[in-house]
Amino acid sequence: MEKEVVIKAENVIKKFGERTILNGISLEVYRGDTFVIMGGSGCGKSTFLRHITGALKPDSGKIYLLGKDLTRVSDDEMDALKKKIGMCFQSAALFDSMTVGENVSLPLREHTKLERGVIDIVVKMKLELVGLRGFEDLMPSQLSGGMRKRVGLARAIAMDPEIVFYDEPTAGLDPIVAGVIDKLILDLSKKLSITSIVVTHDMKSVFSIADRVAMLYEGKVLEVGTSDEIKRSNNPSVQQFISGSPDGPIRFFQQKDDYLEHLIR
Amino acid sequence: MNFIENIGSIIIGTGRHVVNVLALFFETVFWLIMGPFKKKMPKREGIFSQMVFAGVDSLIIAFFVAFFTGIVIAMQSAYQLSRFGANIYVAPMVSVGIARELGPVLTALVVAGRVGAAITAELGTMKVTEQIEALDTMALNPIRFLVVPRFLSLLVMLPCLVIFADIVGIFGGFLVGVFNLHLDPYRYLTFSFQFMAWKDVWTGLVKSVVFGITISMVGCYMGLNTKGGAEGVGKATTISVVTSFILVILFDCILTGIFYFANK
Repeated sequence: MEKEVVIKAENVIKKFGERTILNGISLEVYRGDTFVIMGGSGCGKSTFLRHITGALKPDSGKIYLLGKDLTRVSDDEMDALKKKIGMCFQSAALFDSMTVGENVSLPLREHTKLERGVIDIVVKMKLELVGLRGFEDLMPSQLSGGMRKRVGLARAIAMDPEIVFYDEPTAGLDPIVAGVIDKLILDLSKKLSITSIVVTHDMKSVFSIADRVAMLYEGKVLEVGTSDEIKRSNNPSVQQFISGSPDGPIRFFQQKDDYLEHLIR
Repeated sequence: MNFIENIGSIIIGTGRHVVNVLALFFETVFWLIMGPFKKKMPKREGIFSQMVFAGVDSLIIAFFVAFFTGIVIAMQSAYQLSRFGANIYVAPMVSVGIARELGPVLTALVVAGRVGAAITAELGTMKVTEQIEALDTMALNPIRFLVVPRFLSLLVMLPCLVIFADIVGIFGGFLVGVFNLHLDPYRYLTFSFQFMAWKDVWTGLVKSVVFGITISMVGCYMGLNTKGGAEGVGKATTISVVTSFILVILFDCILTGIFYFANK
């Protein structure tokens, strides 16, 4: 059975000044899949994510989100699209002037005509999903980093989105919470058939959640495939990234000039 | 050549900021007017809490500034006027000076330091911690959601504060006139208001409206364009307050000029 494409990128290029961050990215994401984008720091993962959520516009190339060309949509169409996606930020990005409950209920209060009581129930359900029911009245500053991230996730799924984006969902969390978040991502995509796009460099979670994986390196897609295909990949760069070996084609050093020459210059 | 290049780049940079602030202003006014038609009203609680912060919480500092300014003008003008035995003219000196000039300007400067700085610091922190981007991905326009309530609250509350400051300032001068210069209280007040035209009050209020727009727009613009962590927030706040101060004085000069020459 042919799967529906919900996100399609065609040769996306983005430059910040002289630096080329995205250098021709093309990939497709199918409905219901958990799609992992992995790659080293500074390879353009987060920048690419910001392009799909409409926060940045590409210099050239096209991005289709739920069939709409993001480089051409009107503001109203973009707003409608944004209501169908949820974004889970690396730093959680909770509104620190609002309580946990107000954070989760904000999109519901702003975009729906639901009554106060119904919204309260939805908030409790979403917080139960991330294991934080009963924390509604706390302020974000009273929570630990992992709890903030889980509240951010509850807020991202408050509107029952079709697609949820995760920017480094497990970075900086202890292994148990990281495991819980991984399981949550899986649950959401299997039970509610939500499409998940996960940006991460946590190899353990990549292979436990991914249906398909894309490896980014220097603004390009190095390889795309199912997680088994990626695991058995012949590409030495991919293998180096999976094993975390310091030796290999991916260079750790960013500088291009000769070390000795630089020292004595 | 380098010197001229520097001047050129400063002018171009300033020009770009001016264009961007004007763009922000027009977008804010657009959302303010069009919001209700698009069924996207700014939330009432949000506006009220901003108004309480910008207006009610500024009453104490506005009181002290206006009160002591009134006293100072009364004493300084009495020092000059007493030589001519014209002590009673202290009354219109204070009332007209406060209503036309010092009430609006000093209140605006106080509010720029208190509210403008808070706006920039809050929005700047939201910007560097991705909260602004989070709003945007929820299809909540940051201008409608954050800028409009702050703009509206200063637009309404600064003129209110100025009226309050006018009254308090005149009262400060009144105390000096009655207890130090031993003027008759009734005569002092009659003189105060006889010489004060309605125009003196409304020109002051027009000024305060312009100052309110300036402070909120500069504060929001600097906040929304903050870059670079905690240091960036500090820098943005400093620039916001300094810019507001300079612009308040500049617009005061321009408006005073307009009212002065329009009167001729």
